[in-house]
Amino acid sequence: MATESGTSTRFRSQTADFDAETGLAVDAALAGLDALDIPTTQRRPLASRAWAATWPKIGALALFLLLWQLVVWSGWKPSYVLPGPGKALSEFGSRLGTSHFWDALARTLVRAVEGYALAVVIGVVVGVAVSRSTILRTAVGSFITALQTMPSIVWFPLAILLFKLSESAIMFVVVLGAAPSVANGVIYGVDYVPPLLVRVGRSMGASGFSLYRYVVAPAALPSVLAGLKQGWAFAWRSLMAGELLVIVPGHPSVGADLQNSRELLDTVGVMASMITIFVVGVVVDAAFNTADQRMRVRRGLVAEGTSAVRAARGSRGLGVAGGAVDPVGSSGDGTMPPPADPGAGGGDGGHSGGAG
Amino acid sequence: MTAVRSDTAVRIDGVSRFFGSGAARVQALDNVSLDVRSGEFLCLLGASGCGKSTLLGLITGLDAPTTGTVDTTNRRAGMMFQDSALLPWLTAGGNIEVPLRLRGIRRGERRERVERLLAMVRLAGLADKRPHELSGGMRQRVSLARAFAQEADILCMDEPFGALDAMTRDLLHDELERIWRETGVTVIFVTHDVREAVRLGDRIVLLSSRPGRVAEVFDVDIERPRRIDSARVAELATVVTTRLREEVGRHGH
Repeated sequence: MATESGTSTRFRSQTADFDAETGLAVDAALAGLDALDIPTTQRRPLASRAWAATWPKIGALALFLLLWQLVVWSGWKPSYVLPGPGKALSEFGSRLGTSHFWDALARTLVRAVEGYALAVVIGVVVGVAVSRSTILRTAVGSFITALQTMPSIVWFPLAILLFKLSESAIMFVVVLGAAPSVANGVIYGVDYVPPLLVRVGRSMGASGFSLYRYVVAPAALPSVLAGLKQGWAFAWRSLMAGELLVIVPGHPSVGADLQNSRELLDTVGVMASMITIFVVGVVVDAAFNTADQRMRVRRGLVAEGTSAVRAARGSRGLGVAGGAVDPVGSSGDGTMPPPADPGAGGGDGGHSGGAG
Repeated sequence: MTAVRSDTAVRIDGVSRFFGSGAARVQALDNVSLDVRSGEFLCLLGASGCGKSTLLGLITGLDAPTTGTVDTTNRRAGMMFQDSALLPWLTAGGNIEVPLRLRGIRRGERRERVERLLAMVRLAGLADKRPHELSGGMRQRVSLARAFAQEADILCMDEPFGALDAMTRDLLHDELERIWRETGVTVIFVTHDVREAVRLGDRIVLLSSRPGRVAEVFDVDIERPRRIDSARVAELATVVTTRLREEVGRHGH
């Protein structure tokens, strides 16, 4: 600290008197203000929060199964075409005991993870490059979004011609499906970094890489996370489309099982496979939501278990089912960028890739 | 820190700053010359558009003058912003640590310094709090500690207390004055609040607006500690306000 100058010693000799007179009073007043000003937060007990997060899901699931059963009971379709939930669930349950099921699931998950990981690497590299370069942005910025809106299934004819019916064909489409979302997440994230924070970083002596490391990257994280989540959704859809179309002999997979059941007119089998796909989707979504929630809590963008919007309305938290409510500037510094456009909906809309 | 120290901390000589080009060219500062003494508490006072923030940007090296020179005499300038501008993903301690990490200081020493800096702003033990868990006044004190973590010899403050309530601001004036005395740092304090300037400054530089020029320099000969509601502060504030109104009034025609 800058204590070496001659002036400071002169000031220090006065400091003693100054402190004796008013320092204590200032201290007490500051302490009092601090105590009054600190926002108070109430945390509900863990069990209560867990229950609040769980019961709406159970309720929704029960309602869905009931509706399904009602349709079956109505006799709209013969039961060998549309079996009831009981049959489908018991088929799913019995499959859990077979090694074939786990082999197929393992292959599908390995494909998903490999394809997604490659897409993330490519997406981040492209995203950072585009966000840094005006020329690159002009050149390929809009192509990335165009690529993102292309249904991934249209890539398969080309992929099959290029790679035959192979793992590579599937990987090719999964990466093409997911990478643009990740890249866009990065680009929007960097675009929305508050200029003030960049100024702060520079005034502290950060530049180039260190500015990215200490300011830009963490500030862009919410949008990047949204892009990662959307990228996963696209990767998973592309993969399922791929596994239906590209069946590699001797490589069992969830999609191959699904296609196989269809060809055997085995509706119960089709439904059991679909339950598998749904469960994987739910589990991965929960993981992303947990990461997102933790980040928002750390940054003061959410009152424990509630979105800012609901907190502002004053209603009690109903548990977080979808979770993807836009973070509206709340009690923190209000420096959070809005989430990237295409990421805001968690990647559910607009894409018809896996529809087949 | 440099061995040779002159009595002048910042020498601003004939500085003009233009933004934009062609027809959209705007002049923010016009031929500003000013010497800031070492250890001085200097207040820059002016209405909107007087280029106060531009001037601070030039002193901290975030920006460069179009013409003229800014010489910080080998001193390091730290900056504190109006909005505490803490990084919301870091704790209070983490924020103070950033400038230390940027200069490659070892972890053990960093922790020690963070504790010392937090104690200086009377926030000892709150290193693990996140910015949203702190009040506005506390956030500004963390921001102040962070500015000091840059080992700044010159502390540039851009309306640091502008967004605080009067009572908190009043207490933070006392705090800032105490820390300034203890450290001997040179403070350049931008404000548009005349009383605040009189309460804190050794000198007040009144800037005119559009473009910013030095309109007048006031010496504040009121002994410290001062109170913002004392008669002498009010008296000088009235004089300065009158002069400020003259400057602002010239833009109404």
